[in-house]
Amino acid sequence: MGKKTPLYPEYEKYQAKTIDFGGWDLPVQFTSIKEEHHHVRSEAGVFDVSHMGEVRVTGPDTTAFLQKMLTNDLEKASFGQCQYTAMCYEDGGTVDDLVLFRFSETEVLLVVNAANIEKDIQWLEKHALGMDIIITDESEDTALLALQGPAAEPLLQKLTSADLSEIGFFRFQNEVDIQGRAVLLSRTGYTGEDGFEIYCRASDARAVWQALIEKGARPIGLGARDTLRFEARLALYGQELSKDITPVEAGIGFVVKPDKGVPFLGEDVLRKQKENGPSRKLTGIEMVDKGIPRTGYTVSADGKEIGFVTTGTQSPTLGKNIGLCLVDASYTSPGTEVEVQVRKKTLRAVTVKTPFYQRSREDKK
Amino acid sequence: MSLPADYKYSKEHEWVKDEGGNVRIGITEFAQSELGDIVFVELPEVGDEITADEPFGSVESVKTVSELYAPLSGKVVEINEELEDAPELVNESPFEKAWMIIVEPKDKSDMDSLMDADAYKQMTDQE
Repeated sequence: MGKKTPLYPEYEKYQAKTIDFGGWDLPVQFTSIKEEHHHVRSEAGVFDVSHMGEVRVTGPDTTAFLQKMLTNDLEKASFGQCQYTAMCYEDGGTVDDLVLFRFSETEVLLVVNAANIEKDIQWLEKHALGMDIIITDESEDTALLALQGPAAEPLLQKLTSADLSEIGFFRFQNEVDIQGRAVLLSRTGYTGEDGFEIYCRASDARAVWQALIEKGARPIGLGARDTLRFEARLALYGQELSKDITPVEAGIGFVVKPDKGVPFLGEDVLRKQKENGPSRKLTGIEMVDKGIPRTGYTVSADGKEIGFVTTGTQSPTLGKNIGLCLVDASYTSPGTEVEVQVRKKTLRAVTVKTPFYQRSREDKK
Repeated sequence: MSLPADYKYSKEHEWVKDEGGNVRIGITEFAQSELGDIVFVELPEVGDEITADEPFGSVESVKTVSELYAPLSGKVVEINEELEDAPELVNESPFEKAWMIIVEPKDKSDMDSLMDADAYKQMTDQE
């Protein structure tokens, strides 16, 4: 048995099917991945993502330290803003991708992948020598609920006196009152839809969850979280990103800012990749023959191996068999014919533009 | 869940229905519920030989791929072509509409090594 989040008793009520995810017992689905997926695209769903890690960095050297550790330009994030960024090794490989909350010059909260918490903290501490900072792991005491979908704002508005329309995309407010419980609230997510992420004390998690369900949010499992983020081409560490894959190769070069004016880990390799283009790149593919591309399947073209599938499934929104692949950059322009080795069969596919799904502009906050 | 009493069942969650000469094969209610939304079914072709305990095809859900293991050896005489366009039938009607293949068994006594409904129920109750 793996670790359980504070919300485990809630999903037991639904007899949700749970799986082991990086040492955690998490619900893969409550009813059906497809139904849950469509519900988030059309209404609003709530996800328990309490397994994610929260690491707070405080102290006079916070900004200088994180400018060195992270690839994005922290100074570009104002206080009250979130920023998507990456932490890299000297060779450009990715330690983790993360969202940070910039509270002030001297206080930043890093939200990191569950499986990487210990590794990230070790990496941070290794480079903290001589820096006047404190690194605190708050993961155990913090629960995280994601409310996602076009109906997220009206639904959450019923539970708080804060004016949610004032929280813009990738902005946050601290100490927001949700039914008498103070939470950290951001307009962020991992589905390609509008929505919020609610960071609360572990002991408040069940009450917040129950309030959201009562107002009409449907519980959504990890299965739909994966298909939703995949359609929106949001990277998953361990698939699109790893110690062997740089952010530039994974198509998130926008979080790498070589010109921020401060040296950072991985800078040399990442700068060259940005300037010259990486030799391999993430691309979307759509199957021409019948079959579904899956993580790890080999991709070939012109009779030679050119890369592999990082994520693939049948897209619930599009009904098509699609995948993300990391391949030789010369095969990534849309419309390129490639082949995917689906178990014993070599099947035809064609490269396509990503994201596979994007919500319409009018809906954007 | 109610299991058809006149079917036989394999450890790999296939069912086999004896239709006199040939047998009809599919996957069980338990198997479909474990897999979740089925989005693709890959079947052999008519005329293919299948071998007991070896894969003869696969079913794919949104999340995973799962192989179909032959409950007995024989020759495929018919496949359910409806599943190509309607794989969701496996979720909706695993014991009826979503039959997968009809096989001419090599040796009908292979059936004897399969479980009856009671034994299969006991096995799945423990999982």
